[in-house]
Amino acid sequence: MTTEAPVKSPSTARFLSQLDMTAPPLEVRNLHVEFHTTSGEAHAVNGMNFVLSQGETRAILGESGSGKSVTAQAIMGILDSPPAKITHGEILYRGVDLLKLSDEDRRRVRANHIAMIFQDALSALNPVFTVGFQLGELFRKHRGMSRQASKAKAIELLDMVKIPAAKQRVNDFPHQFSGGMRQRVMIAMALALEPEILIADEPTTALDVTVQAQVMGLLSELQREHNMSLILITHDMGVVADVADSISVMYAGRVVEDAPVADIYARPAHPYTKALLESIPRVDLKGQELAVIKGLPPVLTNIPPGCAFHPRCRYAKDNCKVPPEPPHYDVDVNRVAACHYWREVIES
Amino acid sequence: MGRYVIRRVLQFIPTVLGTMFLLHYLTSLGIQLTGNPVRALFGDRTPTPAMMAALSERLNLNDPCLTQTGNPCIGLFGERLVNIAQWDFGISLTGQREVTDIIGAALPYTIRIALIGFVFEAFVGILAGVLAGLRSGGFLDYFVKISTTLIIAVPIFVLGIVIREFVAVKFGNQLRADPNFPEIISRGFLAAGYKPDYPWASLFIPGLVLGATSLAVTARLTRTSMVENVRADYVRTARAKGLMPRRITGVHTLRNSLIPVVTSLGVDLGVLMGGAVVTETIFNVPGIGRVAAQSARTGDASVVIGIVTLAALIFLVANLLVDILYAVLDPRIRYE
Amino acid sequence: MSDLIPSATSDEPALQSSSSEGAGATGGTASLWSDARKQLIRNPIFVISSLYILVVSSMALFPGLWTDQDPRNCIISQSRKPPQDGHPFGFNILGCDYYSHAIYGAQPSLSIAIGATVGIVLIGGTLGLLAGFYGGWVDTIISRVVDIFLSLPFLLGALVFLTVVKVQNILTITMVLVILGWTTIARVMRGAVLSAKNLDYVLAARSLGAGNLRIMLRHILPNAIAPVTVLATIALGSFVAAEATLTFLGVGLQPPEESWGIMITDHQVYFLEAPWLLIFPTTLLIGTVLSFILMGDALRDALDPKMR
Repeated sequence: MTTEAPVKSPSTARFLSQLDMTAPPLEVRNLHVEFHTTSGEAHAVNGMNFVLSQGETRAILGESGSGKSVTAQAIMGILDSPPAKITHGEILYRGVDLLKLSDEDRRRVRANHIAMIFQDALSALNPVFTVGFQLGELFRKHRGMSRQASKAKAIELLDMVKIPAAKQRVNDFPHQFSGGMRQRVMIAMALALEPEILIADEPTTALDVTVQAQVMGLLSELQREHNMSLILITHDMGVVADVADSISVMYAGRVVEDAPVADIYARPAHPYTKALLESIPRVDLKGQELAVIKGLPPVLTNIPPGCAFHPRCRYAKDNCKVPPEPPHYDVDVNRVAACHYWREVIES
Repeated sequence: MGRYVIRRVLQFIPTVLGTMFLLHYLTSLGIQLTGNPVRALFGDRTPTPAMMAALSERLNLNDPCLTQTGNPCIGLFGERLVNIAQWDFGISLTGQREVTDIIGAALPYTIRIALIGFVFEAFVGILAGVLAGLRSGGFLDYFVKISTTLIIAVPIFVLGIVIREFVAVKFGNQLRADPNFPEIISRGFLAAGYKPDYPWASLFIPGLVLGATSLAVTARLTRTSMVENVRADYVRTARAKGLMPRRITGVHTLRNSLIPVVTSLGVDLGVLMGGAVVTETIFNVPGIGRVAAQSARTGDASVVIGIVTLAALIFLVANLLVDILYAVLDPRIRYE
Repeated sequence: MSDLIPSATSDEPALQSSSSEGAGATGGTASLWSDARKQLIRNPIFVISSLYILVVSSMALFPGLWTDQDPRNCIISQSRKPPQDGHPFGFNILGCDYYSHAIYGAQPSLSIAIGATVGIVLIGGTLGLLAGFYGGWVDTIISRVVDIFLSLPFLLGALVFLTVVKVQNILTITMVLVILGWTTIARVMRGAVLSAKNLDYVLAARSLGAGNLRIMLRHILPNAIAPVTVLATIALGSFVAAEATLTFLGVGLQPPEESWGIMITDHQVYFLEAPWLLIFPTTLLIGTVLSFILMGDALRDALDPKMR
């Protein structure tokens, strides 16, 4: 895809000069996000940490309510504030703390540098505007391009995501596309301005299995072509195994294990990760009872003290039930686990 | 889109016929139940059978089917349809004038007052609804909620009377007593009824009263629509695209929110026509609403039937146009 | 969209069929109503409105409890005297005790409203149920009929009817309201039935061999009742207002009947010199209409499963 020099206003140039291209594309440090609800403060994110390296695909894995989507939206800066509040932490894009940026700069980062795609493409796209309009909008507003030029770009994008008959389809409305096609449109929209980082929030959850594979394949291909770093948010361990380089496993708003993919699948170091892996139904174990994780995820207004997982954990001992939370023990190079007894977990 | 339009037009035609028939049936039934309305014109005097027959024939009321209760009078219906197609709505029972003349003379006033009411309702209603929806939970939102509930609860004639007495009479008298006050305001805008000297200004307050209830409904509908759409997923996507908040609200949210509102405004035409009856009576506006009310009181059936037929036709045409407009605004409908 | 019964009075989007969450047989809907009851009792607006309606109803049913004056005992020399001892509302233009007029005036207004509401629920409800349940030709015809009736603006339709039926009493006015008002109930019922029809447990009942009538009565109807109840409550208020409006135009009730509409109409020009003549019946009228509408709104919020 041809790159046109973006229209550089003085403020854009100033912003770009702040970036440290040697720093990792994204680093989240000790992020805390709270939601104000009628039943108290819900602690959605409690000390989220990870580093995203250049060209890496990092999966953020967790159940509903683990805080993964909130983290993503916090990074993008699109949380509804109120009721959400970022109470602590830093989000460093190439060394620049996004939380300290002006509104205008923050807005500039979106779509230009960090982009996001969502789970349900039908509701995520505006039903009353054509796909061409919604794609072209990015070029008209961020690059100051004309309507005609933007439309040409939109057609290029649709080609890039392998939507057939792009020239005609560009005038169609979102509801005229199938589920998989719509997701491709969203991907096209996210990649339009060639961002460095793409956050994909459950991109395939709403799709059929075969379509899932196609979309994930497209995503990987485009990532390689554009040298992007990808954050993949999901609860599906199968997708993770195919695509990710490293995983952050989240529970109750914290990372409980962070490791390269192969290591985690072979020898998990945290009871929660281990339980998740064990609960995947396996064809070769047909006839045996399905393993489940007993208990329920914690209510975010009332997270258990000490290790949040202790009520459901079979390795839990007394010191797990009292504060402080287990620190991130170094299991290996590039590998941490927030469990006092990680050695036991690895060996069993 | 073309198929959608054709389908709507095809549905329109039987509906029009059905409405005409309904009116015809109601009126025939009424006559069958309570006797020839011509009889009532004579008051206490007893007309000779010859007079009755002559007058009935002139007014098209001498069909024998009108003496049989329940008879749908298809023949009569057919005749009426043919007449309507030729723009003949019959003759007023009392004044012997052509109904079309009466309507023609009165219609311009009603159009004026309806226009004022409509502009008022659309402008203020949408504005209030958008602002209330954007600042949901705030003071403006609360104010809009309460005031619109009150307006809807107060019957339009009460509203009209109170405003007439308070504003036009009491306040207006004070201003009219002051010779220095500009006449356009004291005698025009604050007139307690229609004044030929100020054909538009004196209809201003009646127009506002006419549009008041519809304004409340529009404001509430807009507010609800805005609140729904502000939380929508596509708004989140628009934010993720780094668009400016003004554009997100003004282009993305608004465009979706206004769809139900615009179509509701179109349907409002019927409401305005009905409300005009009351408003014109209160403020003495010589429009078709007042004519209808007066004719109803005197029992002049052909005028009332004529006016209502016209109103129903206008309403149906407006509905058809609104349906088409809806498809223009919401692409999801076009491809049904 | 009938202008007679406003449906957009709530700030929440139109009530979906209460069964959208698969309430599960009649047990689920029973809990919907008991939950709603609990919520309503705690809603101050609902409580106040219901109390007001109870007060007004008792005025209509037992006027003797409220006043011992005879509204027809009029002494012309008392005309338009202000409120005084024993006559809290003063005297009207004919010298009759205004307070007793107001009390006795409650009855025709409420009878018409209740009668008309029962009428539209029976007729509109049945037609809506049939249209939604059987679909196909039945639905097409009934929907077309609904469209036809809706093309008559309320006041104009009422004028036509009351002009040719020259009798003006409680019965004819009630009939007019029913003829012009059944369509809103029919639409809502039809919509509710359509959503209820596709619920899993209804399909299950059918596959177990339940006949049409049984399905209609035991499974679909309980779910569709909720939105109809909301609308009926609001309709009560609209009908009170409608009767007063018709009376004002001269085609409604006539003296010597007493009703709030007549009181307002007859005394509108005395607003400046004897404001109480207008204020009292107006307040009663607005209060009644407002109470019904607020009750309907509160009911709608309480029955909306999305708020659970």
